[in-house]
Amino acid sequence: MSQQRGPDPSGRLPAAFTVPGSASFTDFVRDHAPDVLPGSRRLPAGTVSVPGGPGGGQPPSATTIVAIVCAAGVVVAGDRRATAGNMIAQRDIEKVFPADDHSCVGIAGTAGLALEMVRLFQVELEHFEKLEGALMSFEGKANRLSTMIRGNLGLAMQGLAVVPVFAGYDLEAGRGRIVSYDVTGGRYEEVDHHAVGSGSVFARGALKKLFRPGMSAAQSVRVAVEALWDAADDDSATGGPDLLRGIWPVVAVVTAEGYQRLGDAELRAVVEAVVAGRRGNPGGRPDAGTEGGTSA
Amino acid sequence: MSMPFYVSPEQVMKDKADYARKGIARGRAVVVVAYAGGIVFASENSSRALHKISEIYDRVAFAAVGKYNEFENLRVAGVRYADLRGYSYDRSDVTARGLANAYAQTLGTIFTTESKPYEVELVVAEVGADPAADQIYRLTYDGSVADEHGFVAMGGSAEQITAKLAERWSAGLTLEEALALAVEALGSDAAAEAAGRGPRSIDPEQLEVAVLDRTRSRRLFRRLPAPVLVSLLAPATPAAGDAAD
Repeated sequence: MSQQRGPDPSGRLPAAFTVPGSASFTDFVRDHAPDVLPGSRRLPAGTVSVPGGPGGGQPPSATTIVAIVCAAGVVVAGDRRATAGNMIAQRDIEKVFPADDHSCVGIAGTAGLALEMVRLFQVELEHFEKLEGALMSFEGKANRLSTMIRGNLGLAMQGLAVVPVFAGYDLEAGRGRIVSYDVTGGRYEEVDHHAVGSGSVFARGALKKLFRPGMSAAQSVRVAVEALWDAADDDSATGGPDLLRGIWPVVAVVTAEGYQRLGDAELRAVVEAVVAGRRGNPGGRPDAGTEGGTSA
Repeated sequence: MSMPFYVSPEQVMKDKADYARKGIARGRAVVVVAYAGGIVFASENSSRALHKISEIYDRVAFAAVGKYNEFENLRVAGVRYADLRGYSYDRSDVTARGLANAYAQTLGTIFTTESKPYEVELVVAEVGADPAADQIYRLTYDGSVADEHGFVAMGGSAEQITAKLAERWSAGLTLEEALALAVEALGSDAAAEAAGRGPRSIDPEQLEVAVLDRTRSRRLFRRLPAPVLVSLLAPATPAAGDAAD
């Protein structure tokens, strides 16, 4: 294959472009232009450190994502903080992305690698859709992401892990689904709810107490923001809503109608309700005030 | 041992061109019509799976006539070209012009170096922010590129259909008007002309229609299935003049 790389002397599209068969963008690029792909770089052994960088030279890492199955589909929310060691690398990073019209990815782990993986994943799904003229199945999407995470295993072993959560509306099954991953690409279907990232321990605790089966999207958004609040309360790497700067969590709702990201005005109302509920009740005990719990 | 006959290069090219032209003229036509809100593509195609009109990228679409396996091959190459470019640069760096150039080189090389030319004709179209920024490129079997304005017809009876479009098309059509014009033009083929009873009527089930709709966000390509076509074509004939969408 290596002889075919690069432009054809006649100026026509190289043979790799016209080979029939694969509907995978990654497979095509691996044959034609492998240097464009994330996995093609070889790093020396040992852990990564950037001399003189903030936070002891560690690359920025993204933190907490929560995903909840609701009656109409799924709700996925992520906080806005990226950290480099003990420093805040970015206050308004986005970690929840549409993968295609009916699914989304929330990322935790090394931000740079995760963002690149999401970008490739988005192209992979769109490429398949255009070449095949059909949407990829939910399982298919989850498996493609699994393969990409496994491709990053070498870097993960050097401390640059990427652990996304994949969620979406399964058009065949007619319900919202959540899939979680480990660094080796193992994929696990989650029932009801899930959280990943450094603050996930606290978020999961909150989700267990607040989740009710068959909640509406609005109730689920409220629960997601509560869970992120609890994660930010105890985990320094997770950022709470920034009322001062007007930075709200990224919240996506995926239903049969498609992916929709909530607007700032809507989120502001939810966050302010959560904050009001936590005043004098920082643990968010549901029976403590008027606003606590799931009754959004 | 027999000596091969000498055939002049002019004759070789002419034979190849005639061969390709004949192949293209045998198939059903595709029309591409610009309207105020974008570009509409229409073809008579009873297949739900074998498309003549396809999405290439956010603002770029592809339409073809001729041999299916040949233009499908070019379509796949175009999607790969666009996705690779969009991934390694930015989504806004994928343009119809770049793709039309790549297709032109490919078709031109095939026409001159291979014994059998591709029997295809393509349109690569891109919608801009306003109708003035729209681009429609038409590519023929030998790799020539033409920058078209407003409308294109290609395939069988292209001459008659083009005449119809030239007579009726004007800038600023609504989607309904453009669609009605496209369907009427498709029905004004050589067979209809010979029968002398005006344009054939075409059942919406037999149409493959898609639009590049500039009012959408990001991916502007959208197929219009039969039920949508029925409602768009319903109040068809009058109501020209009001450009409100």
